[in-house]
Amino acid sequence: MNQRHDHFPEGADFNASLRNRYRVATIWQTIFLSALLIAIIALTALLYNVVDGAFGFIAYEYKDDPAEFTSTPVNELTKDELLVILKENLSSGAYNKLENEQPMQERSQADLLTLFLERLVRIDTKGTWSMTDSLLRGDEIRVEVAEKYPDAILEFRSWLTPQFLTTPMSSKAEFAGVRTAILGSLWMVGLAILFALPIGTGAAIYLQEYAPKGWLTSIIQTNINNLAGVPSIVYGMLGLAVFVRTLEAFTSGSMFGVTDSNGRTVLSAGLTMGILVLPLIIINAQEAIKAVPDSLRQAAYGVGATRWQTIWHHVLPNALPGILTGSILAISRALGETAPLIVVGASTFISIDPDGPFSKFTALPIQIYQWTTRAQSEFHAIAASAIIVLLILLLTLNATAILLRNRYQRKY
Amino acid sequence: MKEEVLNIKATETQSFRQFDLKKKTRIGESVIQALLFFAGILSVLTTVAIVYELGKEAMLFFGNPDVTFAKFFGETKWQPGIGQYGIWALVSATLTTSAIAISISLPLGLAAAIYLSEYASPKARGILKPVLEILAGIPTVVYGYFALLFVTPILQNIFGDNIQVYNMLSAGLVMGIMILPLISSMSEDALSAVPRSLREAAYAMGATKLESSLQVVLPAALSGIGAALILGISRAVGETMIVAVASGAGPNFSFNPLEAAETMTGHIARISGGDLSYNSIDYTSLFAIALMLFLVTLVLNLISQYIVNRFRERYE
Repeated sequence: MNQRHDHFPEGADFNASLRNRYRVATIWQTIFLSALLIAIIALTALLYNVVDGAFGFIAYEYKDDPAEFTSTPVNELTKDELLVILKENLSSGAYNKLENEQPMQERSQADLLTLFLERLVRIDTKGTWSMTDSLLRGDEIRVEVAEKYPDAILEFRSWLTPQFLTTPMSSKAEFAGVRTAILGSLWMVGLAILFALPIGTGAAIYLQEYAPKGWLTSIIQTNINNLAGVPSIVYGMLGLAVFVRTLEAFTSGSMFGVTDSNGRTVLSAGLTMGILVLPLIIINAQEAIKAVPDSLRQAAYGVGATRWQTIWHHVLPNALPGILTGSILAISRALGETAPLIVVGASTFISIDPDGPFSKFTALPIQIYQWTTRAQSEFHAIAASAIIVLLILLLTLNATAILLRNRYQRKY
Repeated sequence: MKEEVLNIKATETQSFRQFDLKKKTRIGESVIQALLFFAGILSVLTTVAIVYELGKEAMLFFGNPDVTFAKFFGETKWQPGIGQYGIWALVSATLTTSAIAISISLPLGLAAAIYLSEYASPKARGILKPVLEILAGIPTVVYGYFALLFVTPILQNIFGDNIQVYNMLSAGLVMGIMILPLISSMSEDALSAVPRSLREAAYAMGATKLESSLQVVLPAALSGIGAALILGISRAVGETMIVAVASGAGPNFSFNPLEAAETMTGHIARISGGDLSYNSIDYTSLFAIALMLFLVTLVLNLISQYIVNRFRERYE
């Protein structure tokens, strides 16, 4: 391709060289396309890997035989029977603690069954297998388990269940859920948006509508673009220094009379995340405001509106869909960020729902990180399930953003 | 709104009066403008706060009589608790993983960009671009899971016992996949910005599509691609979760991709995740690392932006 000819080839030479050039061109086109195919393969492998981990065989034993507690088979126990069993066999301290968290009478049969299996029978997981292994090598696994653990029960289990969404954290993977993590994520994102959306929109309005062209404006603009590229963990360090330490009285709630916490609250995390997504919101809002045609502003000025009246009644309503799309994208960014939360101090083990800005918290990505780095394979299975939950959440958000954009996109 | 309508009606009934054309001071308007200005300036304050807070703690770290710049930049063991302050133990892993990531994402991203901008039909673009957008939207902790539980086992099959469970290769490869969409979308923008006339001139001279793409369009877009590359490096250096999950816990001065080693970001994540007492050397040292990270990425981002802006001036 790079050959330099001393003289231009003619006749048969020309045809031969042309053929060669076309051949090279086709080869390279295939190479370019294969880069995209690699991306598709990687994406498929990633999604497959996650789904593969969330379903599959589990082999477990009961540490204590259920028959010691009741003569009814485990699957047929009713709520009343379970209540009696739990009351009789749990130590009174443990029973009262559970009663305090939620009165036993109000708990569902599934909840009680989980407690029975978790506290009394005590499931002991011997091994888990991925979906592919379970489907393709099912018989081998059965033989293997029968040899190694003659007492073990082998089941095909979906780790992603409705119960997984509604149960709090547990130290046993079989009983752990993401309820606390989802609520923590929602609190954190809610606070972040509450903080970042008004300020981000305000900054965008200032830059697009008010700011005079000059060095100050160009510094602000360059700075915003740069902030968008700062590694998220640096924001985490900023949050640790400012929100967790310096403003501890505020973020722990001690200035409002909350006594039982330190600065590592969901409020600190929300503010940190708010600062992180601020540039994203500003840049998107700026684009949205830029897209509102000048004729609308001129018309408003023409009938005597002031600057703010023009912005409030004409520019903002027209830019609103764009601003909302930007905020949804910011929300999905905040939902997936992990590093700043680790630094700001999300709790890694907590089973109490967050109930206000001053509570301790955990978040979905934190749980995924925590479970992925555990050695036991059953934790990888719940990590995969949590990833599916997170990805579905993000997919829904992004789809909403795209719909919103298409629905309200106006061409002037 | 209603009041304004009423006001207009009210004035209509009055006799015509001379308009006062002098500019009125409207306090409400000024207050709003001041608030908006404050919102705008807050982003600058964020940067100032980052520099100040990181700088303050980093000063405490360097103020420690035991810590010298010679040790910090000259030694290769990092264990602030016992007096070892060689940042190279962490920088080596950051360099290794970033280099692997870039050597994956640059060729792939560039090839993808050339295909999307020069070859793909609108229909093909409609299918292929969303794939890249989805890749760009996946949280990095999910990439971490993928690296540790999918890529690492495959690498273990290939390299056998030579490779450690936690290794820089796996983290670097997956990081490359993560950065690919960034590089390809920025490069594609740069390629599309090259005027059509250049391509048509090349075709008129008898060039094939490949020759026009590689020898005419690509050189014209080179600065934009350079900007993409630099931003990609900055992203790789600052990436945390993939390396925190897959590349290992514990500083290790090594450039061998098959070994476990901890990057700057991974180290911050691991240490700050544990119980950390304020004012300890471990705590302040994290801010020294973070400050370095911030400065390096800042410089890279500024260069990238400068290149993009210059590039834009040339064609618009």
